[in-house]
Amino acid sequence: MRFSLGKWLLPLYTALALILLLIPIAYTFIFSFNDYFKTNIGWQGFTFHNWTNVCDAQGLCSAFGNSLIIGVTSTLAATALGTALALALARYKFRGRGIVSLLIFIPMATPEVVLGAGLAAQFFTLNVEKGMGTVILAHTLFCLSFVVVTVKARVSSLDPALEEAGRDLYASPAQVFWRITFPLLIPGILSAALLSFALSFDDFIITYFNSGSMQTFPTFIYISASRGVPAEANVIASTVFILTLAVVVTSQVITRARAKALKN
Amino acid sequence: MAQASFADQGADLELSGIRKEFPGFLAIEDLDLVVPAGSFFALLGPSGCGKTTTLRIVAGLEPPTRGRVLIGGNDVTHLKAYRRPVNTVFQSYALFPHLSVLQNVAFGLKRRHISGADSDAHEALRLVELDHVADRKPQQLSGGQQQRVALARAIVNRPSLLLLDEPLGALDLKLRRQMQLELKKIQSQVGLTFVHVTHDQEEAMTMADTVAVMNHGRIEQLGAPADLYELPKTAFVADFLGQSNLFRGTVSSASARSVVVDVAGQSLTVPANRSVRDHGDLTIGVRPEKSQMHAGSAQHPADHNVIEGGRVAEVSYSGVSTQYTVQFPSLGRVVVFQQNADSGGPVAAGTQVSVSWPIESTFGLHDHRTIDVTAAANDAQEG
Amino acid sequence: MALAGFANTSSRRTSAPMRRSRVAILLLLPGLAYLGLFFLAPLVSLVITSFEAPNPESFDIGSYVYSFQWQNYVAGVAEYWPIFLRSFVFAIIATVAALIIGYPIAYFIGVFLRGRASLQAFTLILVVAPFFISFLLRTLAWKQILGDDGWLVTTLKSLSIMPADGHITGTAFSVIFGLTYNFIPFMVLPIYASLERLDLRYLEASSDLYARPTTTFLKVTLPLSMPGVVSGTLLTFIPASGDYINASDDFLGGPSTQMVGNQIQANFLKLLDYPMAAVLSVVLMVIIMGVVTFYVRRSGTEDLV
Repeated sequence: MRFSLGKWLLPLYTALALILLLIPIAYTFIFSFNDYFKTNIGWQGFTFHNWTNVCDAQGLCSAFGNSLIIGVTSTLAATALGTALALALARYKFRGRGIVSLLIFIPMATPEVVLGAGLAAQFFTLNVEKGMGTVILAHTLFCLSFVVVTVKARVSSLDPALEEAGRDLYASPAQVFWRITFPLLIPGILSAALLSFALSFDDFIITYFNSGSMQTFPTFIYISASRGVPAEANVIASTVFILTLAVVVTSQVITRARAKALKN
Repeated sequence: MAQASFADQGADLELSGIRKEFPGFLAIEDLDLVVPAGSFFALLGPSGCGKTTTLRIVAGLEPPTRGRVLIGGNDVTHLKAYRRPVNTVFQSYALFPHLSVLQNVAFGLKRRHISGADSDAHEALRLVELDHVADRKPQQLSGGQQQRVALARAIVNRPSLLLLDEPLGALDLKLRRQMQLELKKIQSQVGLTFVHVTHDQEEAMTMADTVAVMNHGRIEQLGAPADLYELPKTAFVADFLGQSNLFRGTVSSASARSVVVDVAGQSLTVPANRSVRDHGDLTIGVRPEKSQMHAGSAQHPADHNVIEGGRVAEVSYSGVSTQYTVQFPSLGRVVVFQQNADSGGPVAAGTQVSVSWPIESTFGLHDHRTIDVTAAANDAQEG
Repeated sequence: MALAGFANTSSRRTSAPMRRSRVAILLLLPGLAYLGLFFLAPLVSLVITSFEAPNPESFDIGSYVYSFQWQNYVAGVAEYWPIFLRSFVFAIIATVAALIIGYPIAYFIGVFLRGRASLQAFTLILVVAPFFISFLLRTLAWKQILGDDGWLVTTLKSLSIMPADGHITGTAFSVIFGLTYNFIPFMVLPIYASLERLDLRYLEASSDLYARPTTTFLKVTLPLSMPGVVSGTLLTFIPASGDYINASDDFLGGPSTQMVGNQIQANFLKLLDYPMAAVLSVVLMVIIMGVVTFYVRRSGTEDLV
């Protein structure tokens, strides 16, 4: 529309790039219906069996359950800690702000393998047995920085006049926070929590260093990769994909509808 | 009646020796001010003059570096914002987006656990004629409606003092004029003390009983709008409130009745009671609409100041009147507004003219012009 | 009446600034303690571990004692410098490739689709869709698509485009392909975010001032989207240089494509050579911090931090 070059070339290019991005998803989905024997590699025939008997693959469902528990727990912890940090950074003046910001930024710039190895070395030194607890501690750590960044952006975009209006209208500092600031931050906190959960659920590298014999969904896939991942894993991944997509699309539709309603 | 329950008397506001320093600059310099109860007071000035800071100090949103704030005779200098009997209508309205219009208006009453908060809120909404949108969210309202909700949210608390921080700044011109009248009407109905901050001189003059013109953290002049306009005391006020032709000269003679100033060889007279000073260098001035322009040679009455030898440089026709800029070799540019009462059409550029005005309309200032008039006016508009 | 609700004003001085900082400390303390305990302390123990030597009194594999064995670093660098080099070369190529592939996508969504909010949202969802499916599974999917038995390789071989003994998987190409693929959304999102805020009137002003479309892009659009490009490249480069899934034997890599991540993992979890894993981690971390600092300074986007 705006530039002749982009008129047809750019949409076509984007369409091709998006198809490339989506190929593995389609592949994973299709192979969840594969009537496989031992290895789910070549196409053997169509079946619903994998979908109706997901937990047949040994260890898969417990690994998936572990991933959910870890995701929820570490998300709750990271969201609480991170929101407090974000509020302090965005709303208060204190000495050492720069150092605190840096301390929050560095974990995001640290390769996961270093974080994983560092935590594992720490747990090893302290003689802490690896398992679900250590994985939750580790996930809370790397989700924390992402929560701070997301919530802080939301706090900074709040009009300070809203809080001033609260003070002007006889609300004590605590009332200003709980009746004005916090309700307005909820969307930011929710998206931070969703991001945390997604990061935790899909994390492999840090988990693998700190999980010991406990398996999560990603470590299950990694361990089975050498001898063939069961198609039931594809079923779970496809289900998670469809659910996530549904949540994202619904929330988009709702925000859009709400924005439209507000205009009228 | 809806108004009756709001008709509590407002309280005096007294600022004494207020000073506010921010890192790197001085926002307010030793400000003393008394706003009588029940009055509509305007703080007028260009952006950065310290008027909003003054308002925030009164509201308790900003502590003064020095000085005291008294409301109704009580020292509230160290009282937190949420304990002060003061409410503010914010420039951006600051309506809580997650609460309905009614919840917004009832917010202050509920924080003070006042019974019947919702019915009081409805009453306040009726006063601003918005009770029918009580259940909507603020974002669903137009700018003018949001402004009125912000007003209702403040006056429902019956504050001793209502502060308005450029409340009409975000509205378009027509709506702004309409809201000015409405605000004025509401103020006389509820009888509260209003302190209104604005950079719009017309807004200040239409609404306020008393206007304080602020510049560089100081009050330049304070008085009724007509007094300020007719008799400005400083060059800043003369330029900021309307337009002025200013002439700088030296006093050549002064009597009890009049002061005569020599301006580049021309003798101009100012009544002694309209001049701040009567010796030395003196800037005198006159409003463009008090001046008359005469083509060719004309007889001038004795009680007029006359300057001759001008040439029309610019003509700007605006229907009701025409603005002429007349260039004088010795005095520079003089602006004249002429009503287009007779159908003769405007005088053409290049015509040789003289300009005269009644001595009674002349004023003598305390100081001299230091900045360019139009630049200052533009700054004020942008602020 | 109106004033009745207000207690008589006292001149009691309340220490507002003090209180502010006390709240700040309460908010900061738990999070900072957590970061100290589970981020700083592990880094310190990693550094300590990197100086350890095998325990002379124990024959157990994996038993080490601290002895300021700085020679660990000499040995590590001497043995693994080619792998470090390979890791960073792979990561840089993948970052550049992701930028080249991702920028037009971001431009399409942020500028071309401007004003069509539903289409923008739809395309964005497609871009992030790979995140919704397991990282390992989508990488495995590529392994199978590009594998020796996959239809792509068989077709290419039957058309004699590829030699009969050729492979795609297990080569540097497939590892870089996997890295690029997996991190494209990280590149697209921040670039999109800065292009989305770009005022299109700048572009109109530029073309009004006689700039050709290419000049407009290079002189106006690209500089204004630099913050997005910087964060996108960092978000791609950092995880790519430490990644070991794509390069692993079981995924897209082979013995000749090992990256630092693979070596850290092998030393730590298989060989139980903790000091060597720690040495590699510390060196990797130092190099990456150096690169990030230099890059952020150079591009003048320090407020990113």
